[in-house]
Amino acid sequence: MKRLNQTFLIFLMAMMPIFAMAQIDGEFVKPRSGKFLLQNATVHTITNGVLENASVLIEGGKILQVGTSISADGAEVIDCNGMVIYPGMIDGGTTLGMVEVGSVAETVDYAEIGNITPNMQALTTVNPNAEAIPVTRVSGVTTVMSVPQGGLFPGTAALINLVGYTPDQMYAGAKAVVMNFPNSGRRGRWDRRSDDEIKKETEKALKDANELWQKAKTFHELSEKGAELEYYPEMEQLAKVISGELPLMIEVNAAKDIQNAIKWIEDKDVKVFFSGVSEGWRVAEEIAEAGISVITGPIQALPTRQSDRYDTPYANAGKMAKAGVKVAIRTNDSENVRNLPFHAAYAAAYGLGKEEAWKAVTINAAEILGVSDQLGSIEEGKMANLIVATEDPFETRAQIMHVFINGYRIPLSNRHIRLYQEFLERSPDLKAN
Amino acid sequence: MNKLNYFLTALLGLSMQFAFAQTPKGSVLIKNATVLTVTNGTLENTDVLVEDGVIKRIAQDISAPNGVETIDATGKYVMPGIIDAHSHVALDVVNEATNPIVAEVRMKDVVNPYEIGIYRALAGGVTISHAMHGSANVIGGQNATLKHRWGSTDPADIIMQDAPRTIKFALGENPTRVHGRGNGIQPRSRMGVEAILRNGFSEALQYKKAWETYESSKDERGSTAVAPKYNERLQTLVDILDGKIIIHCHSYRADEIYMLINVARDFGITKLVFQHTNEGFKVAPEIAEYTMGASVFADWWAYKFEVYYSTAFNAAILQKNGALTSINSDSAELIRHLYHEAGKTQRYGGLTDDEALAMITINPAKQLGIDDKVGSLEEGKHADIAIFEGHPLSTYAVPQMTFVDGVKYFDIKEDPDDQRQRISATETVEPIYLGHEDHRCMQDTEHLFETANALFNTEK
Repeated sequence: MKRLNQTFLIFLMAMMPIFAMAQIDGEFVKPRSGKFLLQNATVHTITNGVLENASVLIEGGKILQVGTSISADGAEVIDCNGMVIYPGMIDGGTTLGMVEVGSVAETVDYAEIGNITPNMQALTTVNPNAEAIPVTRVSGVTTVMSVPQGGLFPGTAALINLVGYTPDQMYAGAKAVVMNFPNSGRRGRWDRRSDDEIKKETEKALKDANELWQKAKTFHELSEKGAELEYYPEMEQLAKVISGELPLMIEVNAAKDIQNAIKWIEDKDVKVFFSGVSEGWRVAEEIAEAGISVITGPIQALPTRQSDRYDTPYANAGKMAKAGVKVAIRTNDSENVRNLPFHAAYAAAYGLGKEEAWKAVTINAAEILGVSDQLGSIEEGKMANLIVATEDPFETRAQIMHVFINGYRIPLSNRHIRLYQEFLERSPDLKAN
Repeated sequence: MNKLNYFLTALLGLSMQFAFAQTPKGSVLIKNATVLTVTNGTLENTDVLVEDGVIKRIAQDISAPNGVETIDATGKYVMPGIIDAHSHVALDVVNEATNPIVAEVRMKDVVNPYEIGIYRALAGGVTISHAMHGSANVIGGQNATLKHRWGSTDPADIIMQDAPRTIKFALGENPTRVHGRGNGIQPRSRMGVEAILRNGFSEALQYKKAWETYESSKDERGSTAVAPKYNERLQTLVDILDGKIIIHCHSYRADEIYMLINVARDFGITKLVFQHTNEGFKVAPEIAEYTMGASVFADWWAYKFEVYYSTAFNAAILQKNGALTSINSDSAELIRHLYHEAGKTQRYGGLTDDEALAMITINPAKQLGIDDKVGSLEEGKHADIAIFEGHPLSTYAVPQMTFVDGVKYFDIKEDPDDQRQRISATETVEPIYLGHEDHRCMQDTEHLFETANALFNTEK
């Protein structure tokens, strides 16, 4: 009886491909982990120079070895002759995974109602299956900061790797409470407030922020002393900044606002970095002196003022770096985070230089976010986030040949590529009409 | 005496107008460059001689005629001035959103030569832009083709007067939202959009026939024929049917593109270019066969539902299917680096350098009907020229100089901090814009929607 069952099972299994063929054609390629040897490439480690004819061994999600004579024993060998290997790029500010279609409100989850909502978690809203994620990672961007938008304290941003089925699998170990520093600039052409109105609103917003901060401090002190406090999730989250558990990520752009933000943070003993900083070049020395790092971008952007030179947004990162500011680069995009390398290239061409531009999308971002022990360079023991390309991935003509995230070999496919495969040579073509 | 004064003043005015009607033209010799002609390959160590606004010679070892300035371009790349087939730069208003058909409206009437965006486009090597009406109407207004003669204060001077007429059409979400959802009139659906088109062209044919009947009978003995009432809107549609105007149609989805191709074929219209055309790749063979091609974004997608099923390989698929394809900006920001946008066709589809460069030069020139004058470096064409440090398709390329009609309007070495031509006396604090607000296809229609701000940030 048992044997009969087994025979039947074997028969069933043998039939399965036929059954499967009947309904589903083709195979789906998934990310897969294993032991991989990326052989004979030019390895740009970022932190330890450039290694010619070098190889990288990956296993268990980690970089095991980097060097010239590594045993291929038990590893799947990937020939990278004539190619370059870089660490996966990190975008320090995006809304990737938090929105599916920009103009369809039902799919926009990056902004919550309310001005003070620091307890809103980006990690909750990131959709691991967002169509834009596979579109992004084949460009070599492997890790992004997903950032809530909106009010004064819109939420808590999270760093995610672009592989995984759950937010926890994607989480890359960094969070930051976001603050949109009161903005004295205009929000756009349609912003018709008078100069006076803008000034008053900015002052009131700053006053509100100060009062709130005082409250959060009190909340933190009381809870430190063991007081029984009412449920107050907003304060609990801000208290994590005051205690030093989480950094504060201050979005600030206009020159005067940057100066005010530097002053505002001076007497607060917290971990802090700035984001945006589009007019950073105007006050670069002051940012450097305050020792505050920045995640700046987009680089391909319009100047903030009509009177500015056309290239100020391109040159901004370079000018800040020259003044001594640690600079990382972001796209501030959702569906086109894949353009991060091109933003970096523009910063490079307009004063930052290639080497610093690469740091700005790798190790600097990792350091600012506090994950440089895991990410941002090709070093033994770090997480295996790597890209292999035919040439400098900042160039549009470069082809990205392999992407590894958290040790997973990423299939180089996504909707854009599948549509290309389907429609390049249509069947039926025109003549079938 | 008074009469004579009036007469003299009028004469002075007329003669001044005549004098100003001549736009500036320059002469220059560019030496030892890598010349990317686009239509005749790449020429190393080559000189380009420009005389009186026209490319006179392209050859090696040309010596400068008397009084002609020489520019040493050793190690640099020279290419035709970049042409943007979709822009709203230098326009004071964009949408006349009051009717599904507003063919009588002309963008020539709202050209603003003071807009700093013109200079910023020049700084990205762009010499010509197609200043378009917005996408609020099925049949929108007539566009203007601009030459970026920065510094002119007369709108007429930056309009390319010898370019053919073009008109904006729009399909899909934008017209159905403005008219159907916003105003409760047809079109509310893509069915309605087709109806608007067919009804409009049929009415135009009746109008044309009425005039023809009148013209043929008015001189007959004892004729009582009365001239039909002149209608600029219908006359413009007649001009489209007569092939005097090129249609440039805002479109995203394959089905709506296919619909317009069918309408055009039924009415005998062949001068048709699709704009945006995100799903053009799905009907690339039809676009190639029946139209003047598509002008597309390099990689924009997912900002609205119509463009969710897009691919960055769109331009490559269109090109490889034989459709005339250009890359445009529709953005005051993107227009500054169209050479980089063209480069993306190499990442997404592996196009050659010449194919990629054609997408921002000769191809848009063909779609605007000006390829006999501009769009490539050829003897006899207008001297619209951009000089680059680094190959323009490299992401590290930096534009150095830009010429229109042989006159240099941008030079990175002479670029001052403040390039504005006019400063507002009423604004005490200069506006600092910190949001993305460069997409203007739906500008001037925001009052129709509650989500005006969201719209501004997402609509193209």
